[in-house]
Amino acid sequence: MKQIKTISDLEDLRKSILKQRDPEKITIRMCLSTGCRAKKSIKVISALEDELNNQGFQGKVEIKRTGCHGFCEMGPIMVIEPANIFYRQVTSGDIADIVSETILKGNIVKRLLWKDAGTKEYTKTERELPLYKKQKKHLSYNSGKIDPTDIEDYIAADGYSALCKALSAMTPAEIVETVAASGLRGRGGGGFPTGLKWRICSTAPSDIKYIIANGDEGDPGAFMDRSLMEGDPHRIIEGMIIAAFAIGAGQGFLYVREEYPIAIEHLSLAIQKAKEYGLLGNNILGKGFDFNIAINKGAGAFVCGEETALIISIEGKSGTPRSRPPYPAFEGLWEKPTIINNVETLGNIPQIILKGADWYSNIGTSTSKGTKIFSLVGKVRNTGLVEVEMGMTLREIIFDIGGGIRKNRQFKAVQTGGPSGGCIPISKIDMPVDYDSLREAGAIMGSGGMIVMDETSCMVDIARYFLNFLLFESCGKCVPCREGLKQMHHILTNICEGNGEKGDIKALTELGHFMISTSLCGLGATAPNPVLSTLRYFHDEYVAHIYDKKCLAGVCKNLFEYMIDETLCNGCTLCKIRCPEKAISGEKKKPHRIDTAKCIKCGICYNSCKKQAVIVI
Amino acid sequence: MVFEKIDRILEEHEYKHSAVISIMQDVQGIENYLPEDTLRYISEKLELNLTRIFDIATFYKTFSLTPRGRHTIRVCSGTACHLGGAVKNLEQIQRTINIQEGETTDDRMFSLETVNCLGACALAPVMVIDEDYYDAVNPGKIEKILSPYRLEPEV
Ligand SMILES: Cc1cc2nc3c(=O)[nH]c(=O)nc-3n(C[C@H](O)[C@H](O)[C@H](O)COP(=O)(O)O)c2cc1C
Ligand code: SF4
Ligand code: SF4
Ligand code: FES
Ligand code: FES
Repeated sequence: MKQIKTISDLEDLRKSILKQRDPEKITIRMCLSTGCRAKKSIKVISALEDELNNQGFQGKVEIKRTGCHGFCEMGPIMVIEPANIFYRQVTSGDIADIVSETILKGNIVKRLLWKDAGTKEYTKTERELPLYKKQKKHLSYNSGKIDPTDIEDYIAADGYSALCKALSAMTPAEIVETVAASGLRGRGGGGFPTGLKWRICSTAPSDIKYIIANGDEGDPGAFMDRSLMEGDPHRIIEGMIIAAFAIGAGQGFLYVREEYPIAIEHLSLAIQKAKEYGLLGNNILGKGFDFNIAINKGAGAFVCGEETALIISIEGKSGTPRSRPPYPAFEGLWEKPTIINNVETLGNIPQIILKGADWYSNIGTSTSKGTKIFSLVGKVRNTGLVEVEMGMTLREIIFDIGGGIRKNRQFKAVQTGGPSGGCIPISKIDMPVDYDSLREAGAIMGSGGMIVMDETSCMVDIARYFLNFLLFESCGKCVPCREGLKQMHHILTNICEGNGEKGDIKALTELGHFMISTSLCGLGATAPNPVLSTLRYFHDEYVAHIYDKKCLAGVCKNLFEYMIDETLCNGCTLCKIRCPEKAISGEKKKPHRIDTAKCIKCGICYNSCKKQAVIVI
Repeated sequence: MVFEKIDRILEEHEYKHSAVISIMQDVQGIENYLPEDTLRYISEKLELNLTRIFDIATFYKTFSLTPRGRHTIRVCSGTACHLGGAVKNLEQIQRTINIQEGETTDDRMFSLETVNCLGACALAPVMVIDEDYYDAVNPGKIEKILSPYRLEPEV
């Protein structure tokens, strides 16, 4: 392989890659990322290969092993180009039909099409899916389209052009100012202006500087970083190289959580390939610029996503945060000036350099620029990753893209920002999603988790859930966080177990404000948010738990009973057969009944009943 | 045998102190846990204080100082899975195999753990046994999911 030394080398390579490709050739894009792999997409793809070979299609049909398409719930996902046919939940058993009907004759296999649970209509192509329609895929454009293990796929899709432009036509200061002018803010949670951070670091006096990409994605229930790292690893690496050039760093670190083995594999391969092509290593693009990237695997500590803790972890110690200032941009890894950016932030860099600051700053709102990838999950009908322009309303995201709430239940709240964020109620459903509006509403953008809740979600339980999570993850270094979390969690547990008392709400509020103002790092300082925001919007639910001893969502075990609504029960006996405690009695075709003394509230009957006759009282 | 493998891992990481976490992750890959002898060995070879090694081994959730069972059940307790009913699933598993989170069954068949998020939130609630994923789990499915593992012959 000839190393790329100039822009024209890259252009030549791109031309020669594209020349070998026939846009009319049937290409099957099959997702091999975490979600689809969990649903056995590897088995499906090998069945597909066998069948194509048996039918004499070798070389005539191309199979592309892609990253995440964003619609993981419907995996394994397959898209057949150029017709753009979208098949979901494909199994090995479907392969024969796909090959004999779709590949051979161009017919649709209707049972594999996506069907709208509400309208019962089928959708034939990927581009017509409601989940994708209102999206603006700038950042996630390649994911699901290219083979993330093939650098030439990335290059064919304009990859590394931004790097060439940055190194040959821009000075480091111009790069920093372009990023500043774009208005890009950090996607890791804090929303700090990226250009400003780079400017500070680039002027810090030191020969040695570092750049760190934060791929720790600690927010439980969010997976946009995973998808980006798995599906388009070169984009992040290109962003890192540009950042390194801009501030004068010679070494970069990619910190990826260990629970993401495919991301680690794809990033490692991408680093190796970039080196082979002369895009990483010594004398990059012949410009005398040296830069290397190493990967560090996170070892299962949420607090290590916090920048100072992460730095200490890379140094090979147990990662507890330290107080700032000094900020890492002055004094970071091994006390050298260090830029630490989230991987999605860095993924934005190539397009900003290539298309310009003006192009970027025209997308979004006045203070929140660009697009943001959200992980839309929970009780919403279409779950998955959605990339939308900043400023889109919650209603558009949850109802137009997400298709509304499952099982025709009622929307109750959406939680954004993970353990540092808050719950937003129906009254705010028309608010725009941007950094400032979310903060005003008592939540935060965070890294992009968006968890939709319905009437079966208990808001007190959710608050307790996040505190429990943080109690476990707090490093324990500072007292307000360590003790405050313990106390707040204790009170919430009492409330959820039916031992809530007068004064609990006041104590929670006071402790929360105390923790916010006195904790050392962001973990403790934001930990009360889920509690305070649910107190603000769902005060009645706390009251019901504390005074009426009722959890009508059916979550807090001591505060509800299961009952069978005799007018809905058709006596199918399913619940009776499945109940592990033999707590259900009733004859065939007659209404059944639950013996509450025997019931352990395992929820099996509630989940099994097809008539939804098992209710919560 | 084991120590030879550890030597190889240490060499790969060039005995660097800053790489100690990666070294311990790789070493844990050998036996699926970190026996005390192993920790002492790493400490000696790296010439790194044993307290620091123990500090790391207990701070990071990934490290286990006790042997795990033949099959490791990991129940996701991330937000999406929690909302989807992960607690009820966990309780059903605990009842079925009679151990609590963090424990291993007496016959060393199963270990039970929870994880923060597996990044497969759209499939919630999720659980993983060894490398096999199970999506949209509910308490009624637990028995059916676990039973094939019990029948699997020893290797
Ligand atoms: C407790 C805690 C956990 C964090 N976890 C992450 C994380 O998983 N990923 C991430 O990118 N940033 C995380 N952050 C934010 C980082 O400290 C840092 O602000 C961020 O990586 C900076 O990148 P950005 O400016 O591109 O957002 C966390 C912060 C705190 C306080
Ligand atoms: S706020 Fe919590 S996590 Fe952060 S330093 Fe204090 S104890 Fe540790
Ligand atoms: S919740 Fe479980 S124990 Fe109670 S009646 Fe239903 S199936 Fe039986
Ligand atoms: S993992 Fe396949 S679509 Fe997300
Ligand atoms: S919350 Fe369970 S996989 Fe993310």
